Amino acid sequence: MAGDTDKLVRDLALRMGDNALILGQRVSAWCGHAPVLEEDIALANVALDLIGQTKLWLGLAADLGAGANADDVAFLRDARAFRNSLLVEQPNGDYGATLMRQFLFDAWHYPMLNGLKDSADARVAEIAEKSAKEAAYHLERSSDFVVRLGDGSDESRARMQDALDALYPFAGELTTPDETDDALAAAGLAPDLNALGEHYDAYLDRVLSEATLTAPEGAVRKGGKAGLHTEEMGHILADMQWLQRAYPGATW
Amino acid sequence: MTPALAKPTTDDVWRWLEDVPDPEIPVVSVVDLGIIRNVEWRDDTLIVTVTPTYSGCPATAVIAMEVEEAIRRRGVDAVRIETQISPAWTTDWITDAAKEKLKAYGIAPPKGASCAGMLTAPAEIECPRCGSTDTSEISRFGSTPCKASWRCNACLEPFDYFKSF
Repeated sequence: MAGDTDKLVRDLALRMGDNALILGQRVSAWCGHAPVLEEDIALANVALDLIGQTKLWLGLAADLGAGANADDVAFLRDARAFRNSLLVEQPNGDYGATLMRQFLFDAWHYPMLNGLKDSADARVAEIAEKSAKEAAYHLERSSDFVVRLGDGSDESRARMQDALDALYPFAGELTTPDETDDALAAAGLAPDLNALGEHYDAYLDRVLSEATLTAPEGAVRKGGKAGLHTEEMGHILADMQWLQRAYPGATW
Repeated sequence: MTPALAKPTTDDVWRWLEDVPDPEIPVVSVVDLGIIRNVEWRDDTLIVTVTPTYSGCPATAVIAMEVEEAIRRRGVDAVRIETQISPAWTTDWITDAAKEKLKAYGIAPPKGASCAGMLTAPAEIECPRCGSTDTSEISRFGSTPCKASWRCNACLEPFDYFKSF
């Protein structure tokens, strides 16, 4: 039984860690390129928080057999072994797309971490307690911006609506449980995603309506949790992993 | 082999650490910030437990190095730095004296209890330069993970706010 629990906790740590890692990698690409200085700083800080959280999650996954240490888990796995949602691997696009992707993620991430504070596994609860405080700031900022730019000029509104149309289909994966999510909830290791999904939808409704934006209808696009990624993932990993792959064991 | 020095007490070690400045905000010490959680002897090894402010704060590694260095400089070689993330660090642990030092340095100290759950509207923040409370937030993020960017509408100066966390 202990073995089953360890495997579930490892899967959970990989999902949380890979989401944070891939989004952190994406967001960090803005460093030095954001439209205004304050946003450059904000994005770099958000990316830093996410990479810090990645270290905690992937460190736990490594302790449970996913690799020698957090770095190996991050840098030596192939795309099929990554468990992040498809949403976080979507390209940065324009600033509207980057903000919308962040908002759709933060609106899930913050309540998810709050739920994980009550995990039956103390290691998970500790990481969640630390990360939730950071995610609260992320969500507050991304929600504000979605409202400000959605309910903004004609151009900013059009860009935010385009971003929502393109990214919303990927958001559902975060709150659609699979077998692993169900097992995690049944074991008291993670919150029930169905209940979390209701909260998520209600939050999105509230913010998007204030932003005068409309979520599109259509099917949920998913696969990332099972390791089935979009073509973007290979490009991200090529960029992120090349040094460790080209020079195995390199230190500096 | 030099003769072994008398084993310093944990109180001695706490006093030494009061002289270790935060690498980003050198006007306060690592003890002032509340990031040293424990000092204890485990057999003949001195264990110092440190907690990170933000999980990705780049200063964390530097702090661990500087703490270790400050202790070794006093002749204690058997020292180990351990990291603990729970209970999560909060600005409530910053001492009142340190809050005054931050203010004198030009950083508005954290106001009110740290966020529990969803954030509420920021409290009234006093300009560390002119003392006016007619201030507004420029960005929730700033020059380091622990700070936000604010401006004073009275003296028109921008300033850092050590955000409540």
